[in-house]
Amino acid sequence: MGYHKPLAELDEAYLVAPGSTLAEVTEDIASVTEKAAPKGWWIAFLGAVSLLALFGGTVGYLFYRGIGVWGNASPTYWAWDITNFVWWVGIGHAGTLISAVLFLFRQKWRTAINRFAEAMTIFAVICALIFPGLHVGRPWVLHWMFPLPNQMAIWPNFKSPLLWDLFAVGTYFTVSTLFWFVGLIPDLATLRDRSTNKWRQRIYGFLALGWRGSNRHWQNYERAYLILASLSTPLVLSVHSVVSFDFATSVIPGWHTTIFPPYFVAGAVFSGFAMVMTLLLIARTVFKLHRVVLMRHLELMNKIMLLTGTLVGYAYAMEFFIAWYSGNEYERYVFVNRAFGPYAWAYWTMVSCNVLSPQVFWFKKFRRNIPLMFVVSILINIGMWFERFVIIVTSLHRDFLPSAWGMFSPTVIDITTYLGTMGVFFTLFLLFIRWLPAVAISEVKGTMPQADPHLHTDVHGAQTHAADHGHGLVPEGAE
Amino acid sequence: MSAQPATSTREPKKRVAGVLAQFDTAADVIHAAEKVRDAGYQSWDTHTPFPIHGMDKAMGLPDSRLGWIVLAGALTGLTAAFTMMWWMNGVDYPTVVGGKPPFTTPSMVPVMFELTVLFSSFGAVFGMLGLNKLPRHHHPVFESDRFRTATDDKFFISIEAEDPKFNTEKVRSLFEGAHAKHVEVLEEEVEA
Repeated sequence: MGYHKPLAELDEAYLVAPGSTLAEVTEDIASVTEKAAPKGWWIAFLGAVSLLALFGGTVGYLFYRGIGVWGNASPTYWAWDITNFVWWVGIGHAGTLISAVLFLFRQKWRTAINRFAEAMTIFAVICALIFPGLHVGRPWVLHWMFPLPNQMAIWPNFKSPLLWDLFAVGTYFTVSTLFWFVGLIPDLATLRDRSTNKWRQRIYGFLALGWRGSNRHWQNYERAYLILASLSTPLVLSVHSVVSFDFATSVIPGWHTTIFPPYFVAGAVFSGFAMVMTLLLIARTVFKLHRVVLMRHLELMNKIMLLTGTLVGYAYAMEFFIAWYSGNEYERYVFVNRAFGPYAWAYWTMVSCNVLSPQVFWFKKFRRNIPLMFVVSILINIGMWFERFVIIVTSLHRDFLPSAWGMFSPTVIDITTYLGTMGVFFTLFLLFIRWLPAVAISEVKGTMPQADPHLHTDVHGAQTHAADHGHGLVPEGAE
Repeated sequence: MSAQPATSTREPKKRVAGVLAQFDTAADVIHAAEKVRDAGYQSWDTHTPFPIHGMDKAMGLPDSRLGWIVLAGALTGLTAAFTMMWWMNGVDYPTVVGGKPPFTTPSMVPVMFELTVLFSSFGAVFGMLGLNKLPRHHHPVFESDRFRTATDDKFFISIEAEDPKFNTEKVRSLFEGAHAKHVEVLEEEVEA
């Protein structure tokens, strides 16, 4: 994305630790995939694989017995399954926001975290897709979700938002995967060229598609990247809007609201950033990526969480206002019931985690406090899960007729299915950071002073440092 | 990828495939590219670990044609979505669900949007690979061991032997005059 000198007036700073050379950046990032995995990785991987085994067992049992093993029952036919689906999709959204939206806004600091976040998107969407897949209950006719005629030769109903959702999430998964792979191509070539054994060279070489850093290629590549970013931006907004249509187009009090699409998108970005933060802080510590992932990046992410958390808080308040203002007694009852009914504990957990906890980020001292931001990111992950639970369960469990009211409680299988998808997610994620470059190497280099072809005149031969590293260009005024 | 050491027993037939020059800074490579462009070469390229701003101009490249491929993808997706829904729900087996007309446009918007984006992205990715003629795992530049640093921290220019103006010594002196740190002749094995 090109280099520019940090503008002091805008309080900008260097994106990569000043004085770093291109070779050091390559070494820092690529060597993670070449060295033996640190002990911390093995501990985490063991935990993740155990959860994956739990997932396998749970799903096997669920297929054997049917989805009655979940707690879903009249009147709450949607419960943890859809809560988890929405939660996972939402987490994915930060990845696209970081890779696409921040790219279009020329927010160069994204290069430190975009690869990470994109991988997170893909794995989160895989986890999300598992839930509707299980919830249809008959896995042997799963293909009926696609536009194919059923045994009566009837086509799917395209007026149903559930079918829109299939197209939205399916497109989202495909486009995110393509975008991620396109970004990886030059870095896979770096790994290929560094490889010292035949298998690494063959596998990374195969995946790098014969990339040779040609400028004739970079030209089309950069155009493709720009177009994919421009396509992903409206796409990511559409995906969670369509997810919210699953609710908003129904007539259930508490669901039938026009605020849902923007409210869901803000919540998705919020929860996704929290998840990126959680994962990034762990990976930064385990793999020592301090040269590339700076405190400044973490601080900027905290600012986005403060913003989106406050937006979500506004949406909560506006829902209440509209419920009262509508004059509809069912709508009013749903919201009174949310805050003071039998699930009030879930509601207030949601409010404290999502609205109150990010408020600490008004203060610079807290925005730069790593243990604190780790705790807050976990709280937000919890709070956003409860948000979806509150929306789904409190609206369904008491609708129009008091005689049809009921309570929902999860079964052990509900819990193990959810924990199991954590296993799916973390197993994939840990394999990713172990075997693929977790930070976009070529993009980080593009934001360094060495990428600027006009810089050489003001620094030629000025540093002894340059001699040590061959070509280290240190811009004047380094922090 | 890396050059295989030639066996001593049987020398394979080789021919000159081009000349590769190495530069150490983005500034050097961009100025050298301007000289190669001005000298009128056609079959040549620069190889850099990241895209360098201004290199397209320095090489005299016309704008990328990728956008047209993406536009074709977008129109395909949009038309396919509309035709599919119209035919399935409106023509082949009309059903009335929730009292709504079998064929109705507003509810088609989300799927039309999604398929437009999907096919545009296919156009962008596969169009990019097509224009770049990738995957291509064999190329003369990979014969050079130094070329491995093209994905790390060094910058290269290659001029291929098939260029009508190609002359090994002239190319070598052009590169040396442009502050190349190292110049080497690329050879590739000729099939018997």
